[in-house]
Amino acid sequence: MSIDRRKFLKIAGLTGIGLGLSAADLLVKNAADASVASHAGSRAATRLGLVIDVNKFRSDADYQGIIDACHSIHNVPTLIPEKNNPKNEVKWIWNDTYNHTFPDQVNDYHPEGLLKKPFPLLCNHCDNPPCVRVCPTKATFKRSDGIVAQDPHRCIGCRFCMAGCPYGSRSFNWVDPRPYIKKLDTNYPTRTMGVVEKCTLCVERLARGLEPACVEASNGAIVFGNLSDPESDVRKILNVKFTIRRKPSLGTLPSVFYVMGGDNHVG
Amino acid sequence: MYNGGKIIAGLIIFLGLVAYPFYSNMGRSIEKANPSLDTPIINQLEKKECVRPKEIMRTEHMKVLDEWRDAVVREGMRGTMLLGGRIYEKSLQNGCMVCHSNKAQFCGECHGYAGVKPYCWDCHFVKEEGLL
Repeated sequence: MSIDRRKFLKIAGLTGIGLGLSAADLLVKNAADASVASHAGSRAATRLGLVIDVNKFRSDADYQGIIDACHSIHNVPTLIPEKNNPKNEVKWIWNDTYNHTFPDQVNDYHPEGLLKKPFPLLCNHCDNPPCVRVCPTKATFKRSDGIVAQDPHRCIGCRFCMAGCPYGSRSFNWVDPRPYIKKLDTNYPTRTMGVVEKCTLCVERLARGLEPACVEASNGAIVFGNLSDPESDVRKILNVKFTIRRKPSLGTLPSVFYVMGGDNHVG
Repeated sequence: MYNGGKIIAGLIIFLGLVAYPFYSNMGRSIEKANPSLDTPIINQLEKKECVRPKEIMRTEHMKVLDEWRDAVVREGMRGTMLLGGRIYEKSLQNGCMVCHSNKAQFCGECHGYAGVKPYCWDCHFVKEEGLL
């Protein structure tokens, strides 16, 4: 059978169109799968989170109490002010001002008390965590219970997650942290130079049936529970109190909620 | 041969460098590793039994640790093991090193002999020793 030039070009052209269409079909299907996957987390049976009522923090000791409770049991080094370089600081839970915490809340006439009040900050254990997406080794990953966990064994110290996290929840060990641990907790390992660390929502305590250390030390100001369970303590509070989350416009869907307003109304 | 002298001299230097590990260790006797089981807790045990048979632990302990690490850190499977009346946690620091509290004489013996430097101790430590 002979084939002339015209016939060959026709067949080649049709083949090209066919291949192109099947490739396009695959692309569309993959994109659809990806969009489903990015929202699948919110329907998970367990999504652990916290509700923080700042009005229940009344003194500096209340704030320092939760920080000490967390940092002491996780061997978090105190690199400020000893090293006096803000970049060296390692923190799992810390405080900042309202304006820094909620930069989306633009209002010329915020209550003065609110602007002066420190807000306790920690990893938001986002439902759509950007740190997990950018980690090249999957050292940071989302557990089935919603906790954004970190496996220091796999961390290569690239700090992509620090760039990805819009909340500053991650710290890098620029120096060997061991000399800066005030009091060693022998049940928990330390970290080494060159890895990133952050709040783990106390996975090791949850495994023993305990609540996270900050929750325990907060005298009821921080409530822990399953956000997917309508009967849980956190959902009961979210049902009756107005709460906001940090930087909602970024779409990270934090699992840490801040109760606003509280009980102190203008007479 | 062009530049024969230089080539032969170069070859001799090259072979000398490559063979350095062999002749530098020649005639040197290295003591066999002898990990010690002499710790307070192991001495108290009626039946000296580890989480796996001795022969397996000797060659595969790193794989056991690796499996535990993935199970605990990544899957949250922190199951404990009951063995000879003792509960063992799937943990290096809170499991293995509770009995084997003599890190230098137990781990260090073979690791030193085999010339391996595992980085476990960059983060983990023996409770009694603290951060040495």
